[in-house]
Amino acid sequence: MKKGATAGAEAIETKGWLMAHKWLLLRRFSQLSILALFMLSPWLAKLTEVWLIKGNLSSSLTLDVIPLSDPYILLQSIFTGQWPITTGFIGALIVLVFYLLVGGRVYCSWVCPINIVTDIAAWLRNKLKIKGGVTMKRETRFWILGFTLLLSFITGTLAWELINPVSTVFRSLIFGIGLAWGMILAIFLLDFAVSRRAWCGHLCPVGAFYSLLGKNSLIRVDAYQREKCDDCMDCFIVCPEQQIIKQPLKGAEKGIPSIIASSQCTNCGRCIDVCAENVFKFDTRFKKITWKHPKDGLDESLYNEK
Amino acid sequence: MRKSRRKFLKDSVKTVSTVGLAALGLGLYTRQTSAILPAQAIRPPGAIEEEDFLGACVRCGLCVRDCPYDTLNLATLGSAIPTGTPYFIARQTPCEMCEDIPCVVACPTGALDHQLTNINDSRMGLAVVIDQEGCIAFQGLRCEVCYNVCPVQGKAITLATRHNKRTGMHASMIPIVHSSDCTGCGKCEEACILTGESAIKVIPAHLAQSGGSPHYRLGWEEKQQAGKSLVTPDVKHEFNLPNNLDYDYSGKGLINKGEKKIGDSEKKETPFPDNPLDTLNRKGGL
Repeated sequence: MKKGATAGAEAIETKGWLMAHKWLLLRRFSQLSILALFMLSPWLAKLTEVWLIKGNLSSSLTLDVIPLSDPYILLQSIFTGQWPITTGFIGALIVLVFYLLVGGRVYCSWVCPINIVTDIAAWLRNKLKIKGGVTMKRETRFWILGFTLLLSFITGTLAWELINPVSTVFRSLIFGIGLAWGMILAIFLLDFAVSRRAWCGHLCPVGAFYSLLGKNSLIRVDAYQREKCDDCMDCFIVCPEQQIIKQPLKGAEKGIPSIIASSQCTNCGRCIDVCAENVFKFDTRFKKITWKHPKDGLDESLYNEK
Repeated sequence: MRKSRRKFLKDSVKTVSTVGLAALGLGLYTRQTSAILPAQAIRPPGAIEEEDFLGACVRCGLCVRDCPYDTLNLATLGSAIPTGTPYFIARQTPCEMCEDIPCVVACPTGALDHQLTNINDSRMGLAVVIDQEGCIAFQGLRCEVCYNVCPVQGKAITLATRHNKRTGMHASMIPIVHSSDCTGCGKCEEACILTGESAIKVIPAHLAQSGGSPHYRLGWEEKQQAGKSLVTPDVKHEFNLPNNLDYDYSGKGLINKGEKKIGDSEKKETPFPDNPLDTLNRKGGL
Protein backbone atom coordinates (compact mmCIF):
# COMPACT_ATOMS: atom_id res chain seq x y z
CA MET A 1 0.00 0.00 0.00
CA LYS A 2 1.33 3.41 -0.90
CA LYS A 3 1.74 5.88 1.89
CA GLY A 4 -1.42 7.82 2.53
CA ALA A 5 -3.58 5.60 0.36
CA THR A 6 -6.47 3.69 1.87
CA ALA A 7 -6.62 -0.06 1.94
CA GLY A 8 -7.81 -1.44 -1.37
CA ALA A 9 -6.76 1.57 -3.45
CA GLU A 10 -4.44 -0.59 -5.51
CA ALA A 11 -7.09 -3.18 -6.02
CA ILE A 12 -9.47 -0.52 -7.30
CA GLU A 13 -6.82 0.56 -9.76
CA THR A 14 -6.12 -2.89 -11.09
CA LYS A 15 -9.52 -4.55 -10.80
CA GLY A 16 -11.91 -1.62 -11.00
CA TRP A 17 -14.10 -0.31 -8.17
CA LEU A 18 -16.83 -2.87 -8.61
CA MET A 19 -14.57 -5.92 -8.50
CA ALA A 20 -12.64 -4.44 -5.58
CA HIS A 21 -15.93 -4.30 -3.63
CA LYS A 22 -17.54 -7.44 -4.97
CA TRP A 23 -17.83 -9.44 -1.77
CA LEU A 24 -18.55 -6.37 0.34
CA LEU A 25 -21.44 -5.43 -1.93
CA LEU A 26 -22.73 -8.99 -1.98
CA ARG A 27 -22.59 -9.12 1.79
CA ARG A 28 -24.41 -5.85 2.22
CA PHE A 29 -26.98 -7.05 -0.27
CA SER A 30 -27.41 -10.26 1.71
CA GLN A 31 -27.68 -8.49 5.08
CA LEU A 32 -30.04 -5.80 3.88
CA SER A 33 -32.25 -8.07 1.80
CA ILE A 34 -32.72 -10.47 4.72
CA LEU A 35 -33.74 -7.51 6.86
CA ALA A 36 -35.91 -6.10 4.08
CA LEU A 37 -37.65 -9.44 3.59
CA PHE A 38 -38.61 -9.52 7.26
CA MET A 39 -39.69 -5.90 7.20
CA LEU A 40 -41.71 -6.02 3.98
CA SER A 41 -43.36 -9.40 4.50
CA PRO A 42 -46.11 -8.15 6.85
CA TRP A 43 -46.92 -5.44 4.38
CA LEU A 44 -46.93 -7.85 1.43
CA ALA A 45 -49.01 -10.31 3.41
CA LYS A 46 -51.69 -7.68 3.80
CA LEU A 47 -51.86 -7.27 0.02
CA THR A 48 -51.40 -10.84 -1.15
CA GLU A 49 -52.10 -12.94 1.95
CA VAL A 50 -48.83 -14.76 1.32
CA TRP A 51 -46.19 -14.60 4.02
CA LEU A 52 -42.69 -14.71 2.56
CA ILE A 53 -41.10 -14.84 5.96
CA LYS A 54 -42.29 -13.97 9.43
CA GLY A 55 -40.71 -13.75 12.84
CA ASN A 56 -37.12 -12.65 13.25
CA LEU A 57 -33.62 -14.10 13.53
CA SER A 58 -34.51 -15.83 16.81
CA SER A 59 -37.11 -17.96 15.09
CA SER A 60 -38.93 -17.58 11.80
CA LEU A 61 -41.23 -19.28 9.36
CA THR A 62 -40.55 -19.06 5.62
CA LEU A 63 -43.50 -19.32 3.23
CA ASP A 64 -45.53 -20.72 6.14
CA VAL A 65 -43.60 -23.99 5.82
CA ILE A 66 -39.90 -23.83 6.68
CA PRO A 67 -39.11 -23.16 10.35
CA LEU A 68 -35.75 -21.63 11.21
CA SER A 69 -34.53 -21.12 14.76
CA ASP A 70 -31.36 -19.70 16.22
CA PRO A 71 -29.58 -22.67 17.85
CA TYR A 72 -27.79 -20.38 20.31
CA ILE A 73 -31.02 -18.92 21.68
CA LEU A 74 -32.55 -22.37 21.79
CA LEU A 75 -29.51 -23.59 23.71
CA GLN A 76 -29.96 -20.77 26.23
CA SER A 77 -33.60 -21.76 26.54
CA ILE A 78 -32.64 -25.36 27.25
CA PHE A 79 -30.24 -24.10 29.92
CA THR A 80 -33.14 -22.33 31.64
CA GLY A 81 -34.81 -25.71 31.90
CA GLN A 82 -37.33 -25.30 29.09
CA TRP A 83 -37.53 -27.95 26.40
CA PRO A 84 -38.47 -26.57 22.96
CA ILE A 85 -41.09 -28.34 20.89
CA THR A 86 -40.36 -30.15 17.62
CA THR A 87 -40.80 -27.07 15.41
CA GLY A 88 -38.08 -25.28 17.31
CA PHE A 89 -35.75 -28.25 17.07
CA ILE A 90 -36.26 -28.74 13.34
CA GLY A 91 -35.69 -25.03 12.79
CA ALA A 92 -32.48 -25.07 14.79
CA LEU A 93 -31.30 -28.22 13.03
CA ILE A 94 -31.70 -26.65 9.57
CA VAL A 95 -29.73 -23.60 10.71
CA LEU A 96 -27.07 -25.78 12.33
CA VAL A 97 -26.51 -27.89 9.21
CA PHE A 98 -26.38 -24.78 7.02
CA TYR A 99 -23.68 -23.08 9.08
CA LEU A 100 -21.75 -26.30 9.61
CA LEU A 101 -21.37 -26.35 5.83
CA VAL A 102 -20.80 -22.73 4.88
CA GLY A 103 -18.85 -21.63 7.94
CA GLY A 104 -20.31 -20.66 11.29
CA ARG A 105 -19.38 -17.04 11.23
CA VAL A 106 -20.96 -16.55 7.84
CA TYR A 107 -23.82 -15.60 10.12
CA CYS A 108 -21.73 -12.67 11.37
CA SER A 109 -20.72 -11.20 8.04
CA TRP A 110 -23.64 -12.14 5.82
CA VAL A 111 -26.67 -11.99 8.12
CA CYS A 112 -26.04 -10.06 11.34
CA PRO A 113 -27.25 -6.43 11.23
CA ILE A 114 -24.68 -5.30 13.81
CA ASN A 115 -21.88 -6.20 11.40
CA ILE A 116 -22.82 -3.20 9.26
CA VAL A 117 -22.43 -0.94 12.29
CA THR A 118 -19.08 -2.38 13.38
CA ASP A 119 -17.77 -2.37 9.79
CA ILE A 120 -18.58 1.34 9.52
CA ALA A 121 -16.86 1.99 12.85
CA ALA A 122 -13.75 0.09 11.75
CA TRP A 123 -13.72 1.86 8.39
CA LEU A 124 -14.00 5.23 10.09
CA ARG A 125 -11.23 4.30 12.51
CA ASN A 126 -8.97 3.49 9.59
CA LYS A 127 -9.97 6.64 7.77
CA LEU A 128 -9.27 8.86 10.77
CA LYS A 129 -6.21 6.81 11.69
CA ILE A 130 -7.39 6.22 15.22
CA LYS A 131 -5.19 3.67 16.88
CA GLY A 132 -4.91 1.95 20.20
CA GLY A 133 -7.55 1.82 22.87
CA VAL A 134 -8.48 -0.73 25.45
CA THR A 135 -6.84 -4.08 24.82
CA MET A 136 -9.07 -7.08 25.10
CA LYS A 137 -8.46 -10.76 24.66
CA ARG A 138 -10.03 -12.43 21.65
CA GLU A 139 -11.00 -15.29 23.97
CA THR A 140 -13.21 -13.00 26.04
CA ARG A 141 -16.19 -13.83 23.82
CA PHE A 142 -15.95 -17.51 24.68
CA TRP A 143 -16.02 -16.68 28.36
CA ILE A 144 -19.02 -14.44 27.75
CA LEU A 145 -20.66 -17.28 25.82
CA GLY A 146 -20.12 -19.54 28.80
CA PHE A 147 -21.44 -16.98 31.24
CA THR A 148 -24.62 -16.36 29.19
CA LEU A 149 -25.42 -20.05 29.44
CA LEU A 150 -24.58 -20.08 33.13
CA LEU A 151 -26.81 -17.05 33.70
CA SER A 152 -29.66 -18.75 31.85
CA PHE A 153 -29.25 -21.73 34.12
CA ILE A 154 -29.12 -19.65 37.31
CA THR A 155 -31.83 -17.09 36.58
CA GLY A 156 -34.16 -19.36 34.61
CA THR A 157 -34.69 -16.62 32.05
CA LEU A 158 -32.97 -15.85 28.76
CA ALA A 159 -30.73 -13.34 30.50
CA TRP A 160 -28.58 -12.57 27.49
CA GLU A 161 -31.62 -11.92 25.32
CA LEU A 162 -32.48 -8.92 27.49
CA ILE A 163 -29.44 -7.11 26.10
CA ASN A 164 -28.25 -9.14 23.11
CA PRO A 165 -27.69 -6.40 20.47
CA VAL A 166 -27.79 -8.86 17.56
CA SER A 167 -31.29 -10.18 18.15
CA THR A 168 -32.59 -6.99 19.76
CA VAL A 169 -31.59 -4.67 16.94
CA PHE A 170 -32.87 -6.99 14.25
CA ARG A 171 -36.15 -7.52 16.08
CA SER A 172 -36.52 -3.84 16.81
CA LEU A 173 -36.13 -2.89 13.16
CA ILE A 174 -39.00 -5.22 12.32
CA PHE A 175 -41.31 -4.93 15.31
CA GLY A 176 -40.66 -1.40 16.58
CA ILE A 177 -37.43 0.33 17.36
CA GLY A 178 -38.00 1.40 20.99
CA LEU A 179 -34.68 2.41 22.47
CA ALA A 180 -32.73 -0.02 20.30
CA TRP A 181 -31.16 2.87 18.41
CA GLY A 182 -29.24 3.53 21.61
CA MET A 183 -27.90 0.01 21.40
CA ILE A 184 -26.75 0.59 17.81
CA LEU A 185 -25.05 3.81 18.89
CA ALA A 186 -23.40 2.11 21.86
CA ILE A 187 -21.94 -0.64 19.68
CA PHE A 188 -20.72 1.94 17.20
CA LEU A 189 -19.04 4.04 19.87
CA LEU A 190 -17.50 0.95 21.44
CA ASP A 191 -15.93 -0.13 18.16
CA PHE A 192 -15.03 3.39 17.12
CA ALA A 193 -13.62 4.85 20.30
CA VAL A 194 -12.89 2.15 22.86
CA SER A 195 -11.19 -0.60 20.90
CA ARG A 196 -10.80 -1.78 17.32
CA ARG A 197 -13.32 -4.48 16.39
CA ALA A 198 -14.22 -4.65 20.06
CA TRP A 199 -17.70 -6.12 19.68
CA CYS A 200 -17.55 -8.67 16.87
CA GLY A 201 -13.92 -9.57 17.35
CA HIS A 202 -13.71 -9.79 21.12
CA LEU A 203 -17.01 -9.74 22.99
CA CYS A 204 -20.00 -11.04 21.03
CA PRO A 205 -21.04 -14.49 22.29
CA VAL A 206 -23.28 -15.01 19.26
CA GLY A 207 -20.22 -14.89 17.01
CA ALA A 208 -18.35 -17.09 19.47
CA PHE A 209 -21.14 -19.67 19.30
CA TYR A 210 -21.23 -19.66 15.52
CA SER A 211 -17.46 -19.85 15.27
CA LEU A 212 -17.56 -23.03 17.34
CA LEU A 213 -20.14 -24.34 14.87
CA GLY A 214 -17.90 -23.59 11.91
CA LYS A 215 -14.78 -25.32 13.19
CA ASN A 216 -14.84 -27.80 10.33
CA SER A 217 -16.97 -26.03 7.79
CA LEU A 218 -16.64 -26.66 4.10
CA ILE A 219 -16.24 -23.21 2.56
CA ARG A 220 -13.06 -21.30 3.45
CA VAL A 221 -10.92 -18.51 2.08
CA ASP A 222 -7.76 -19.79 0.44
CA ALA A 223 -4.57 -17.75 0.00
CA TYR A 224 -3.94 -19.93 -3.04
CA GLN A 225 -1.52 -17.53 -4.73
CA ARG A 226 0.31 -16.56 -1.59
CA GLU A 227 3.63 -16.47 -3.42
CA LYS A 228 2.30 -13.38 -5.23
CA CYS A 229 1.83 -11.45 -1.97
CA ASP A 230 3.69 -8.14 -2.07
CA ASP A 231 3.26 -7.36 1.63
CA CYS A 232 1.02 -4.36 1.03
CA MET A 233 -0.88 -5.16 4.28
CA ASP A 234 -4.25 -4.23 2.76
CA CYS A 235 -5.85 -7.56 3.69
CA PHE A 236 -4.51 -7.24 7.20
CA ILE A 237 -5.98 -3.77 7.59
CA VAL A 238 -9.49 -4.70 6.45
CA CYS A 239 -9.66 -8.10 8.14
CA PRO A 240 -11.94 -8.13 11.19
CA GLU A 241 -9.96 -11.04 12.66
CA GLN A 242 -6.41 -10.00 11.76
CA GLN A 243 -4.73 -12.72 13.80
CA ILE A 244 -5.86 -15.48 11.46
CA ILE A 245 -4.34 -14.23 8.20
CA LYS A 246 -0.65 -14.31 8.89
CA GLN A 247 -0.04 -18.04 9.24
CA PRO A 248 -1.76 -19.24 6.05
CA LEU A 249 -0.46 -16.30 4.05
CA LYS A 250 3.13 -16.35 5.21
CA GLY A 251 3.54 -19.91 6.35
CA ALA A 252 4.54 -21.52 3.07
CA GLU A 253 8.04 -22.24 4.28
CA LYS A 254 6.81 -23.75 7.51
CA GLY A 255 4.48 -25.99 5.57
CA ILE A 256 1.30 -24.37 6.78
CA PRO A 257 -1.57 -24.88 4.30
CA SER A 258 -2.80 -21.80 2.47
CA ILE A 259 -6.40 -22.36 3.58
CA ILE A 260 -7.55 -19.95 6.26
CA ALA A 261 -8.83 -22.70 8.43
CA SER A 262 -9.52 -20.73 11.60
CA SER A 263 -13.14 -20.80 12.68
CA GLN A 264 -12.81 -17.15 13.63
CA CYS A 265 -12.78 -16.23 9.94
CA THR A 266 -16.19 -14.82 9.05
CA ASN A 267 -15.89 -15.62 5.35
CA CYS A 268 -16.52 -11.96 4.64
CA GLY A 269 -14.27 -12.04 1.60
CA ARG A 270 -12.99 -8.52 2.13
CA CYS A 271 -9.38 -9.75 1.79
CA ILE A 272 -10.27 -11.11 -1.65
CA ASP A 273 -11.68 -7.70 -2.57
CA VAL A 274 -8.76 -5.53 -1.50
CA CYS A 275 -5.95 -7.73 -2.78
CA ALA A 276 -4.58 -6.29 -6.00
CA GLU A 277 -2.57 -9.46 -6.60
CA ASN A 278 -5.55 -11.81 -6.37
CA VAL A 279 -3.92 -13.89 -3.68
CA PHE A 280 -7.19 -15.03 -2.11
CA LYS A 281 -10.25 -16.86 -3.31
CA PHE A 282 -13.13 -18.81 -1.78
CA ASP A 283 -12.56 -22.52 -1.87
CA THR A 284 -13.54 -25.69 -0.10
CA ARG A 285 -11.65 -27.13 2.80
CA PHE A 286 -10.86 -30.32 0.87
CA LYS A 287 -8.88 -28.45 -1.78
CA LYS A 288 -5.92 -28.13 0.53
CA ILE A 289 -5.34 -31.87 0.52
CA THR A 290 -4.67 -31.98 -3.20
CA TRP A 291 -2.86 -28.68 -3.30
CA LYS A 292 0.77 -29.08 -4.25
CA HIS A 293 2.88 -27.95 -1.42
CA PRO A 294 6.61 -27.35 -1.56
CA LYS A 295 6.99 -29.65 1.41
CA ASP A 296 5.36 -33.02 1.27
CA GLY A 297 3.93 -34.82 4.24
CA LEU A 298 1.64 -32.15 5.65
CA ASP A 299 1.00 -32.11 9.32
CA GLU A 300 -2.73 -32.51 9.85
CA SER A 301 -2.59 -30.58 13.07
CA LEU A 302 -1.62 -27.45 11.19
CA TYR A 303 -4.96 -27.25 9.41
CA ASN A 304 -6.71 -26.13 12.48
CA GLU A 305 -5.51 -23.20 14.40
CA LYS A 306 -4.37 -24.01 17.87
CA MET B 1 7.70 -21.82 29.82
CA ARG B 2 6.88 -21.15 33.44
CA LYS B 3 6.70 -17.47 32.78
CA SER B 4 4.32 -17.83 29.86
CA ARG B 5 2.14 -20.18 31.84
CA ARG B 6 2.00 -17.70 34.66
CA LYS B 7 1.10 -14.95 32.22
CA PHE B 8 -1.57 -17.12 30.67
CA LEU B 9 -3.08 -17.84 34.07
CA LYS B 10 -2.93 -14.19 35.04
CA ASP B 11 -4.60 -13.09 31.82
CA SER B 12 -7.25 -15.77 32.12
CA VAL B 13 -8.08 -14.79 35.67
CA LYS B 14 -8.34 -11.17 34.58
CA THR B 15 -10.64 -11.96 31.68
CA VAL B 16 -12.84 -14.28 33.70
CA SER B 17 -13.09 -11.77 36.52
CA THR B 18 -14.11 -8.97 34.16
CA VAL B 19 -16.65 -11.09 32.35
CA GLY B 20 -17.88 -12.44 35.66
CA LEU B 21 -18.40 -8.92 36.95
CA ALA B 22 -20.42 -8.00 33.88
CA ALA B 23 -22.39 -11.23 34.18
CA LEU B 24 -23.18 -10.43 37.79
CA GLY B 25 -24.53 -7.05 36.74
CA LEU B 26 -26.60 -8.64 34.02
CA GLY B 27 -27.87 -11.23 36.46
CA LEU B 28 -29.09 -8.55 38.85
CA TYR B 29 -30.65 -6.62 35.99
CA THR B 30 -32.40 -9.81 34.88
CA ARG B 31 -33.81 -10.35 38.34
CA GLN B 32 -35.06 -6.79 38.43
CA THR B 33 -36.74 -6.80 35.04
CA SER B 34 -38.31 -10.21 35.32
CA ALA B 35 -39.47 -9.89 38.92
CA ILE B 36 -42.79 -8.22 38.20
CA LEU B 37 -44.56 -7.95 34.88
CA PRO B 38 -46.65 -4.76 34.74
CA ALA B 39 -50.17 -5.81 35.70
CA GLN B 40 -51.75 -4.31 32.59
CA ALA B 41 -49.52 -6.35 30.27
CA ILE B 42 -51.38 -9.57 29.53
CA ARG B 43 -49.59 -12.56 28.03
CA PRO B 44 -51.14 -14.40 25.02
CA PRO B 45 -53.47 -17.37 25.60
CA GLY B 46 -51.70 -20.50 26.75
CA ALA B 47 -48.71 -18.59 28.13
CA ILE B 48 -47.04 -20.72 30.77
CA GLU B 49 -46.15 -19.37 34.23
CA GLU B 50 -44.31 -16.06 33.87
CA GLU B 51 -41.16 -17.42 35.49
CA ASP B 52 -40.94 -20.27 32.98
CA PHE B 53 -42.21 -18.13 30.14
CA LEU B 54 -39.12 -15.92 30.27
CA GLY B 55 -36.97 -18.98 29.74
CA ALA B 56 -39.08 -20.59 27.03
CA CYS B 57 -40.04 -17.58 24.89
CA VAL B 58 -37.37 -16.91 22.24
CA ARG B 59 -38.80 -13.45 21.40
CA CYS B 60 -39.45 -14.34 17.75
CA GLY B 61 -42.80 -12.57 17.41
CA LEU B 62 -44.46 -15.38 15.45
CA CYS B 63 -47.49 -15.22 17.76
CA VAL B 64 -47.72 -11.48 17.08
CA ARG B 65 -47.62 -12.07 13.35
CA ASP B 66 -50.30 -14.75 13.42
CA CYS B 67 -52.73 -12.77 15.57
CA PRO B 68 -55.48 -11.85 13.09
CA TYR B 69 -56.64 -8.87 15.15
CA ASP B 70 -53.21 -7.32 15.76
CA THR B 71 -53.88 -7.67 19.46
CA LEU B 72 -50.41 -8.83 20.42
CA ASN B 73 -47.33 -6.63 20.57
CA LEU B 74 -43.65 -7.37 21.16
CA ALA B 75 -42.17 -5.37 24.00
CA THR B 76 -39.65 -2.86 22.70
CA LEU B 77 -36.33 -2.12 24.34
CA GLY B 78 -36.79 0.32 27.19
CA SER B 79 -40.33 -0.65 28.16
CA ALA B 80 -41.06 -2.18 31.54
CA ILE B 81 -41.98 -5.49 29.92
CA PRO B 82 -39.02 -7.83 29.25
CA THR B 83 -37.67 -6.96 25.79
CA GLY B 84 -39.10 -8.85 22.87
CA THR B 85 -41.79 -10.77 24.74
CA PRO B 86 -45.41 -10.72 23.54
CA TYR B 87 -48.20 -8.99 25.45
CA PHE B 88 -51.42 -7.10 24.96
CA ILE B 89 -53.10 -4.21 26.73
CA ALA B 90 -56.75 -5.18 27.19
CA ARG B 91 -58.07 -1.61 27.40
CA GLN B 92 -56.56 -0.92 23.95
CA THR B 93 -57.03 -4.22 22.09
CA PRO B 94 -58.41 -7.25 23.87
CA CYS B 95 -58.01 -10.88 22.84
CA GLU B 96 -60.78 -11.92 20.47
CA MET B 97 -60.50 -15.54 21.55
CA CYS B 98 -60.09 -17.19 18.12
CA GLU B 99 -61.32 -20.77 18.16
CA ASP B 100 -58.21 -22.06 16.35
CA ILE B 101 -55.87 -20.08 18.66
CA PRO B 102 -53.34 -19.17 15.90
CA CYS B 103 -50.90 -17.55 18.32
CA VAL B 104 -50.42 -20.79 20.23
CA VAL B 105 -50.08 -22.79 17.00
CA ALA B 106 -47.39 -20.37 15.79
CA CYS B 107 -45.21 -20.62 18.89
CA PRO B 108 -42.04 -22.59 18.02
CA THR B 109 -41.26 -23.32 21.67
CA GLY B 110 -43.25 -24.33 24.69
CA ALA B 111 -43.80 -20.73 25.82
CA LEU B 112 -47.41 -20.93 24.67
CA ASP B 113 -48.77 -24.27 25.80
CA HIS B 114 -49.71 -26.34 22.75
CA GLN B 115 -51.98 -28.46 24.93
CA LEU B 116 -54.43 -25.57 24.88
CA THR B 117 -56.95 -26.39 22.18
CA ASN B 118 -60.12 -24.88 23.60
CA ILE B 119 -59.79 -21.13 23.94
CA ASN B 120 -62.36 -21.14 26.75
CA ASP B 121 -59.80 -23.02 28.84
CA SER B 122 -57.25 -20.25 28.53
CA ARG B 123 -56.52 -18.17 31.60
CA MET B 124 -54.73 -15.01 30.49
CA GLY B 125 -55.71 -13.21 33.63
CA LEU B 126 -58.82 -12.57 35.66
CA ALA B 127 -61.28 -9.70 35.26
CA VAL B 128 -61.94 -7.81 38.46
CA VAL B 129 -64.47 -5.02 39.03
CA ILE B 130 -61.72 -2.95 40.46
CA ASP B 131 -63.32 0.48 40.73
CA GLN B 132 -66.63 -0.02 42.48
CA GLU B 133 -66.95 3.69 43.09
CA GLY B 134 -66.65 4.42 39.38
CA CYS B 135 -68.75 1.53 38.05
CA ILE B 136 -72.17 3.03 37.36
CA ALA B 137 -73.92 -0.26 38.10
CA PHE B 138 -72.93 0.19 41.72
CA GLN B 139 -74.61 3.58 41.65
CA GLY B 140 -77.85 1.88 40.68
CA LEU B 141 -77.68 2.78 36.99
CA ARG B 142 -78.31 0.20 34.31
CA CYS B 143 -75.19 -0.55 32.26
CA GLU B 144 -74.34 -4.26 31.91
CA VAL B 145 -71.98 -3.56 29.00
CA CYS B 146 -69.27 -5.81 30.45
CA TYR B 147 -71.85 -8.51 31.00
CA ASN B 148 -73.07 -8.27 27.43
CA VAL B 149 -69.70 -8.24 25.64
CA CYS B 150 -68.32 -11.16 27.61
CA PRO B 151 -67.51 -14.02 25.18
CA VAL B 152 -68.30 -16.57 27.89
CA GLN B 153 -71.61 -14.88 28.35
CA GLY B 154 -73.63 -15.49 31.43
CA LYS B 155 -70.90 -17.63 32.95
CA ALA B 156 -67.80 -15.51 33.41
CA ILE B 157 -69.80 -12.43 34.41
CA THR B 158 -73.19 -12.64 36.05
CA LEU B 159 -75.39 -9.87 37.38
CA ALA B 160 -76.42 -9.87 41.01
CA THR B 161 -79.29 -7.76 42.21
CA ARG B 162 -78.77 -5.61 45.22
CA HIS B 163 -81.09 -3.33 47.06
CA ASN B 164 -80.66 0.30 46.06
CA LYS B 165 -80.63 2.08 49.38
CA ARG B 166 -80.68 5.53 47.83
CA THR B 167 -84.07 5.19 46.16
CA GLY B 168 -85.25 2.51 48.52
CA MET B 169 -87.31 0.89 45.78
CA HIS B 170 -84.94 -0.17 42.97
CA ALA B 171 -82.39 -2.90 42.43
CA SER B 172 -78.77 -2.41 41.43
CA MET B 173 -77.47 -4.92 38.87
CA ILE B 174 -73.95 -5.65 40.02
CA PRO B 175 -71.47 -7.45 37.72
CA ILE B 176 -69.81 -10.41 39.40
CA VAL B 177 -66.83 -12.18 37.74
CA HIS B 178 -66.40 -15.92 38.17
CA SER B 179 -62.88 -17.28 37.98
CA SER B 180 -64.27 -20.66 36.95
CA ASP B 181 -65.09 -19.29 33.50
CA CYS B 182 -63.27 -15.98 32.99
CA THR B 183 -60.48 -16.39 30.38
CA GLY B 184 -59.02 -12.93 30.95
CA CYS B 185 -59.57 -11.91 27.32
CA GLY B 186 -60.22 -8.31 28.35
CA LYS B 187 -63.30 -7.65 26.20
CA CYS B 188 -65.03 -6.28 29.28
CA GLU B 189 -62.14 -3.97 30.07
CA GLU B 190 -62.12 -2.60 26.55
CA ALA B 191 -65.88 -2.13 26.50
CA CYS B 192 -66.30 -0.42 29.89
CA ILE B 193 -68.14 2.82 29.23
CA LEU B 194 -66.05 4.93 31.59
CA THR B 195 -63.97 7.45 29.68
CA GLY B 196 -60.61 6.95 31.36
CA GLU B 197 -59.52 3.75 33.01
CA SER B 198 -61.94 0.86 32.98
CA ALA B 199 -63.85 -0.01 36.15
CA ILE B 200 -63.36 -3.69 35.31
CA LYS B 201 -59.79 -4.77 34.65
CA VAL B 202 -58.00 -7.94 33.70
CA ILE B 203 -55.09 -8.49 36.04
CA PRO B 204 -52.86 -11.51 36.54
CA ALA B 205 -54.76 -14.20 38.40
CA HIS B 206 -52.14 -14.36 41.15
CA LEU B 207 -52.85 -10.71 41.94
CA ALA B 208 -56.61 -11.05 41.69
CA GLN B 209 -57.07 -14.18 43.74
CA SER B 210 -56.26 -14.69 47.38
CA GLY B 211 -56.40 -18.46 47.06
CA GLY B 212 -58.54 -18.65 50.19
CA SER B 213 -57.19 -19.64 53.55
CA PRO B 214 -56.50 -23.12 54.84
CA HIS B 215 -57.61 -21.95 58.27
CA TYR B 216 -61.16 -21.46 57.16
CA ARG B 217 -62.88 -24.62 56.08
CA LEU B 218 -66.42 -24.32 54.94
CA GLY B 219 -68.47 -26.58 57.17
CA TRP B 220 -71.18 -27.26 54.68
CA GLU B 221 -68.70 -28.29 52.02
CA GLU B 222 -66.76 -30.49 54.41
CA LYS B 223 -70.01 -32.03 55.44
CA GLN B 224 -70.98 -32.76 51.86
CA GLN B 225 -67.60 -34.31 51.18
CA ALA B 226 -67.67 -36.48 54.26
CA GLY B 227 -71.34 -37.32 53.81
CA LYS B 228 -72.02 -36.44 57.42
CA SER B 229 -71.42 -33.69 59.84
CA LEU B 230 -67.88 -33.62 61.16
CA VAL B 231 -68.75 -31.80 64.36
CA THR B 232 -71.75 -32.41 66.60
CA PRO B 233 -74.19 -34.62 64.74
CA ASP B 234 -77.28 -32.95 63.38
CA VAL B 235 -80.22 -33.13 65.73
CA LYS B 236 -83.55 -32.70 64.16
CA HIS B 237 -84.79 -29.43 65.42
CA GLU B 238 -88.00 -29.83 67.31
CA PHE B 239 -90.55 -27.13 67.55
CA ASN B 240 -93.46 -27.10 69.78
CA LEU B 241 -96.01 -26.55 67.11
CA PRO B 242 -99.74 -27.08 66.93
CA ASN B 243 -100.87 -30.39 65.43
CA ASN B 244 -100.66 -30.69 61.67
CA LEU B 245 -98.24 -27.87 61.51
CA ASP B 246 -94.60 -28.01 60.54
CA TYR B 247 -91.86 -25.47 60.14
CA ASP B 248 -89.34 -25.29 57.30
CA TYR B 249 -86.20 -23.47 58.34
CA SER B 250 -84.82 -22.73 54.88
CA GLY B 251 -87.57 -20.59 53.49
CA LYS B 252 -91.07 -21.97 53.42
CA GLY B 253 -91.76 -21.17 57.02
CA LEU B 254 -94.90 -22.52 58.62
CA ILE B 255 -96.43 -25.48 56.75
CA ASN B 256 -99.91 -26.72 57.30
CA LYS B 257 -99.94 -30.49 56.85
CA GLY B 258 -103.43 -31.14 58.02
CA GLU B 259 -106.57 -31.32 55.87
CA LYS B 260 -108.51 -28.95 57.94
CA LYS B 261 -107.43 -25.43 57.86
CA ILE B 262 -106.60 -23.75 61.02
CA GLY B 263 -109.51 -21.95 62.35
CA ASP B 264 -112.07 -23.75 60.17
CA SER B 265 -113.73 -25.84 62.84
CA GLU B 266 -111.98 -24.55 65.85
CA LYS B 267 -112.61 -20.98 65.23
CA LYS B 268 -112.67 -20.22 68.83
CA GLU B 269 -109.25 -21.66 69.50
CA THR B 270 -106.39 -19.96 67.75
CA PRO B 271 -103.27 -22.13 67.14
CA PHE B 272 -101.20 -19.64 68.95
CA PRO B 273 -102.14 -18.51 72.42
CA ASP B 274 -101.88 -14.84 73.07
CA ASN B 275 -98.97 -15.49 75.36
CA PRO B 276 -96.08 -17.16 73.42
CA LEU B 277 -94.66 -18.54 76.65
CA ASP B 278 -97.66 -20.82 76.95
CA THR B 279 -96.73 -22.53 73.69
CA LEU B 280 -93.17 -23.06 74.81
CA ASN B 281 -94.10 -24.42 78.21
CA ARG B 282 -96.66 -26.82 76.90
CA LYS B 283 -95.50 -30.43 76.36
CA GLY B 284 -96.93 -32.93 73.95
CA GLY B 285 -98.71 -30.55 71.63
CA LEU B 286 -102.19 -29.27 71.80
